[in-house]
Amino acid sequence: MRYAYYPGCSAESTARDMHQSTLAVARALGIDLVEPKGWTCCGATAGHQTDRLLAVSLPAANLTKVQDMKLDMVVNCAACYSRMKVANHEIAAHSEIRKGVREALDRDYDGSVKVRHLLEVLLEDVGLEAITKAVKHSLNGLKVASYYGCLLVRPPKILKFDDPENPTSLDRLVTAMGGTNLEWPCKVECCGGGLSLSRTDVVVELTGSIIDMAASVGADCIAVSCPMCQVNLDLRQQDINKQTGKNYQIPIVYITQLLGLCLGIGSGDLGFNKLMVPASVVLEKVNERA
Amino acid sequence: MITIKNKKNGQGLKSAVEEISGVDISVCFQCKKCSSGCPVAKLTRSRPSEIMRQLHLGAGNELLESDIIWMCASCETCSARCPMGIDVAAVIDALRKLALERGASKQKGNVPLFNRAFLKTVETFGRSYEIGMIAAYKLGTGKLMNDTEKFPAMLKKGKIALLPPRGGDRKIVRRIFKTIKQNKGAKA
Repeated sequence: MRYAYYPGCSAESTARDMHQSTLAVARALGIDLVEPKGWTCCGATAGHQTDRLLAVSLPAANLTKVQDMKLDMVVNCAACYSRMKVANHEIAAHSEIRKGVREALDRDYDGSVKVRHLLEVLLEDVGLEAITKAVKHSLNGLKVASYYGCLLVRPPKILKFDDPENPTSLDRLVTAMGGTNLEWPCKVECCGGGLSLSRTDVVVELTGSIIDMAASVGADCIAVSCPMCQVNLDLRQQDINKQTGKNYQIPIVYITQLLGLCLGIGSGDLGFNKLMVPASVVLEKVNERA
Repeated sequence: MITIKNKKNGQGLKSAVEEISGVDISVCFQCKKCSSGCPVAKLTRSRPSEIMRQLHLGAGNELLESDIIWMCASCETCSARCPMGIDVAAVIDALRKLALERGASKQKGNVPLFNRAFLKTVETFGRSYEIGMIAAYKLGTGKLMNDTEKFPAMLKKGKIALLPPRGGDRKIVRRIFKTIKQNKGAKA
C-alpha cells in the first residue's frame, strides 16, 4: 500500500498532532506514505471565497505533482480533501476552468488523479478486520462521539464519502478499537471553520452547541478527522466556559491518535501533549489493562 | 419579510452572480431547506433562501450589504440539501466577489482582510503561515491584543508553529497568483 500523502499546511503547525499520529499509524499498519516534493497550500476557505480559478489552480498544483508520482493522493485534512476533489471535478467538468488552470500552471491537467481520505484507506484498503487484529490495547468502552464536520462529507455529489447526513466511518473504527460509539445528532454540524479568528463569536456559538450536545450524551471525548474542527472545538472550550459558566473539559482527539494508542504507540509519539484540553481520561481508559 | 429596494445602482446582480457561480437562480422554488440547515441563519439578518429570492426578484447592490455574505462559514449544508441541486454556497461565494469588486461596506470581523492575510502568506511561502497571517490580520483590524491569551500555551505545547513554513514550491504558487491577477486586469 503506497500513496502520495498530502499533509496540508496545518500539519506543520496547529495540526502537527494529526500529522504525527497519521505517520505513526501508517507505519504500524504497513501503509507507505510518500510526501510530494514541494507540496503547496490548497487555498482552503480563503481561496474559494476569493476567486474560483484560484481555488482550483492551487490544489491542481499539487495534483499534478502527484500525477508525476503515478500514485493516488491520500489526504487526512478534511478541508484539503474537499478542495482537492472539488478542483478535480471543476477541471474535468468545465473546459474553460481547465484552460484557466493550464494558463496558471503552464501545464495541462485533466482532473484524473485519484484523491482519497485517510479514513477511506483505513476502511477500504487496510480493512476493519485487519485493524481489529492489529489492536493491542482496547479503548475499554471509552465513550466516543464521532464528529465529521463539513468538508469530509460535503459537497456529497463530488466527494462521495460515506453517507453525507449520517456517516459512520469514524464510528466503525471506534467500535473496532473497543470503544463505545455514541449516537448523537451533531455528526455533520458546522464548527464555524475558517471564521475562528474573524468571527470568534460565531465559532463560540456553533462549537458551544456541539460541545453541549456531546456532554449531554455523556461523551468522554470527541473524535475528529479535520484540523479546523479539532482546533475550534479544542481551543474554544475555554471561551464557551467563560461565556456560559459551564466547565466543559472534553478532549478533542484525532481518530489517528486513538488508533495509535490502540496499536501500542506511545502517547508522546501521537502528539497528545499538544491538545489544549488534556486527554487524560482517554489515556487512563486505554491504560486500564486487564 | 423581504424588501426589495430600487435597483438603479444594481444592474445585473442576478446575471453577474449566475455568470460567476454557474448557478441558475431561477430554479429555486423557495422550499427553504437551505435556511433550515444553515448553522449561521439563526445569527444573521438574512437567510440563504431569502438571498435566493431577492436575487430572483431583481435585487441590486444593496444585497451585497447582507451580513450572511461574510458570516457564512462555507459549510455547504445549503448546497448539499437543495432538492434542485442549486449550489447555494457558490452563490454566496459569487456575492463575496461582487461585494469586493463593487465596494460594499466592511462588516464586523473583516473577513476579506483575513482572507487576504491568509493568501498573502501562501503567495509568499507557498504554504500558509498561521502566525504571519494572524499578525497581518490583527494589525489590519487594529485589535492586536484581541483573543491572544491562548498563544503562550499554544506555543509552549507546540500547537502552533513559530517559524514560517519551508519546502513549498514557491515558484508555482507565485505563477498562479500572477496569472490570475493578470487575467483579472485584462477583464476589467
